[in-house]
Amino acid sequence: MVDVKLPVLAEGVDKASVSYWHKNVGDAVKEGDDLVELVTDKATFNLPSPASGTLKEVIVNEGEEAKVGAIVARIG
Amino acid sequence: MILNLGLTDYEKAYLAQCQLVSRRRLGEIGDSMIITEHNPVFTIGRTGRRENMLADSRQMRKRGVRLIEVDRGGDITFHGPGQLLLYPVVDLKARGRDLHRYMRDLESVAINFLNSYGIIAERIDGKTGVWVGGSKVASIGVGAKDWVTFHGLSVNVDIDLSYFSMIYPCGMRGIKMTSLAEILGVDIDLNMAAEKLIVCAKRVLGVGDGIFAGTPLGAAA
Repeated sequence: MVDVKLPVLAEGVDKASVSYWHKNVGDAVKEGDDLVELVTDKATFNLPSPASGTLKEVIVNEGEEAKVGAIVARIG
Repeated sequence: MILNLGLTDYEKAYLAQCQLVSRRRLGEIGDSMIITEHNPVFTIGRTGRRENMLADSRQMRKRGVRLIEVDRGGDITFHGPGQLLLYPVVDLKARGRDLHRYMRDLESVAINFLNSYGIIAERIDGKTGVWVGGSKVASIGVGAKDWVTFHGLSVNVDIDLSYFSMIYPCGMRGIKMTSLAEILGVDIDLNMAAEKLIVCAKRVLGVGDGIFAGTPLGAAA
């Protein structure tokens, strides 16, 4: 399993919200594909998948907030 | 690469941005930007709320304007002729990976542009955008795909401001939108304004030369 973690999006910003999941649980994902869109202030950030495999688990749902470093999903 | 697309439908310029983002991510092109004006359209970003649209579909149809949902940050705004859109496609991996600093850079582009017309413009803490005397003249909503940016900056140059009364711009109540033409009380040459905005963007963002009128994207792809 590979953990997908929320990256640092800006200096001094310690959290972001999940605005859109490009994939559903059970979908095949390829490394580098858009996986999840995050939002901070007036910016969105599309986080690419860190690995190829299957999106096994979504931990932070659309509309929810997470801290930098938090695991937002798992890929297996 | 700098593309001056002239007046476009929102979707056409969006597609052009997506093509540039893909090519930038593959390393086929360097940092680039698009400058354009849009036919009248309301766009609502990812953090937008529908209740900030005050007009119903009949009123929108009467004025020939649509509402579309887009994948930038921010709430609702209006784009129309006389407003310059700057869509930089730059790789922030080489610029410290900081989305907020990038938005401050876009504010600097607008502030420098307004300065070139003798206007003192400012930031307001916590309210992304550029303001003159308490009124908003430039708005920002950005997106990034793995640190390569799209969407960007809109500057009201000589735009019909009445459309903004159909929304709560940026989701804020009591906000007054203004334009360069309103501030100066004169008509503004849009072509000259576009050239000035490009100069300011090149200085602040360090985007390279080569201005194309129209889109060579099809030929280059």
